[in-house]
Amino acid sequence: MKVKGQAWKFGDDINTDIIISGKYKFKTLDMRELAKHAMEALDPKFSEKVKPGDILVAGKNFGCGSSREHAPRVLKELGIGVIIAKSFARIFYRNAVNVGLPVVESPEASARISEGDQVEVDLEKGLIRNLTKGETYSFKPIPPALMEILREGGLVEYLRKAGDYKL
Amino acid sequence: MGRRVEAGDLIVVNVDLVMAHDGTAPLAIKSFREMGGERVKHPERVVFVIDHIAPSSSEDVSKLHKLMRDFASEQGIENFYDVGEGVCHQLLAERHVEPGMIVVGGDSHTCMHGALGAFATGVGSTEVAAVLKTGKIWFKVPETLKIQVEGSLPPMVTPKDVILHIIGEVKADGATYKAVEYGGETVRQMSVEGRLTLSNMAVEMGGKTGLIEPDEKTLEYLKSRGRGPGKPLKGDRDAEHAETLNFDVSRLEPQVAAPPTVDNVKPVSEVEGLEIDQVFLGSCTNARLEDRRLAASILKGRKIHPRVRMLVVPASRTVYLQALREGLVEVFLEAGCVLCNPGCGVCVGGHQGVPAPGEVVLSTSNRNFVGRMGCPEADIYLASPATAAVSALTGKITNPAGWKP
Repeated sequence: MKVKGQAWKFGDDINTDIIISGKYKFKTLDMRELAKHAMEALDPKFSEKVKPGDILVAGKNFGCGSSREHAPRVLKELGIGVIIAKSFARIFYRNAVNVGLPVVESPEASARISEGDQVEVDLEKGLIRNLTKGETYSFKPIPPALMEILREGGLVEYLRKAGDYKL
Repeated sequence: MGRRVEAGDLIVVNVDLVMAHDGTAPLAIKSFREMGGERVKHPERVVFVIDHIAPSSSEDVSKLHKLMRDFASEQGIENFYDVGEGVCHQLLAERHVEPGMIVVGGDSHTCMHGALGAFATGVGSTEVAAVLKTGKIWFKVPETLKIQVEGSLPPMVTPKDVILHIIGEVKADGATYKAVEYGGETVRQMSVEGRLTLSNMAVEMGGKTGLIEPDEKTLEYLKSRGRGPGKPLKGDRDAEHAETLNFDVSRLEPQVAAPPTVDNVKPVSEVEGLEIDQVFLGSCTNARLEDRRLAASILKGRKIHPRVRMLVVPASRTVYLQALREGLVEVFLEAGCVLCNPGCGVCVGGHQGVPAPGEVVLSTSNRNFVGRMGCPEADIYLASPATAAVSALTGKITNPAGWKP
């Protein structure tokens, strides 16, 4: 799986209340509606500015806080192709895989990539190419069992086909 | 007992208890249907709770609540707690969790049940759906971060101050992917209610769960609520803990987490004097009976500051009734507090007590993130019930240890 797009930079400890505030998420299951409010605490126009295929690049502990799966879902709804971070909060990491949104841990890429850089990620090979800066960063590839869930587009499709875990 | 596993192993396990609330169950139900789910594998192991916007604030929310009620009725889910019964985690502690259980919940603070010796952790809605369908979940066996706490707590210093202090040291990601295990004399001396406060906030340092080895107090807590001892859970004496951190709390000052992160912790003296507009005594962290008793002992016969609104929300109907019997409800009402039904609304900014821009809130809950209580321009400080109650009287953040009536 390869993903290519323009980078949007965020800092450390971006929590789920920032990604999608609790005041919206309890009121609807319509992710398109919720996605309009993604990241609005930091950038009220974020949902209008991102394009399908774009890439989020963040610091440490991305997605800390609540277990709300709405957080990765709204980012996926906006077309975010992959999130690169120095590290992820564990529930967010699981949720992202479960909704079919790839997540990559790379302290190097997190530090080197600037906002607006064109970036290409090869999930199987564990390589990130920064096309703007002409640099390459490697990361520990996603475990095969999780890659299988991602390839299906998430846990819903995976279990719909397999019926049960095949780990 | 089962087979031996090592940290890092990927395992699939049977789930003993799965919980979801009105913030996470509707999406879980949607995912369950989408993954081809027809019948819930073990309806008797499922608990549904309506607590996040309870009672409903709008027609849209009511539709989601109805979706939960209809699904529970269709699937024979009898452990269904509707509006007003309590906060999901409190209900699980009061009525369902036993030592040795594997508990997952569609809420990050599910880690609280580690205090009863259960392996309990938060998951997202689609994983709840997968448990409904298969009865199972996968885990990566975590390493352990052992936290040893020693020393007698000074007067007016509570388990909440201990956990805030620990989070301030470990930081928001210091325990990521790890199971936190709390031990030491201070923890053994704490009541089960206090231990629940410690374990509740394990996730605020990234922890997967917040384990405490069950003892006589745990068994008494369970027995008095009509439950058995469960399966014994003991820390491996020869375990290679990833790390052990030691804390001496014998001189600990009351602690406050300043916005905008839970690990931004300071001794209360550093923020003393800051004027506050609202105080919240509630949440899955600090809405139990002891928290009520402590706050009421401070408020008894006094009035809160005229500028301050103080919202008091009990953790469950059981807690509410006991507070009523002990006269605590009268103390709160006489002092000028607002009493709400049990629930989570204030903490998550769903529908109750949303602050205005520029206002300062002092809360006994577990998160002070930007916008957490529904207003991104309000500041939220986290503290103990003692600090909250004293500060409500003075109208500014006040050290309860030095406070004289």
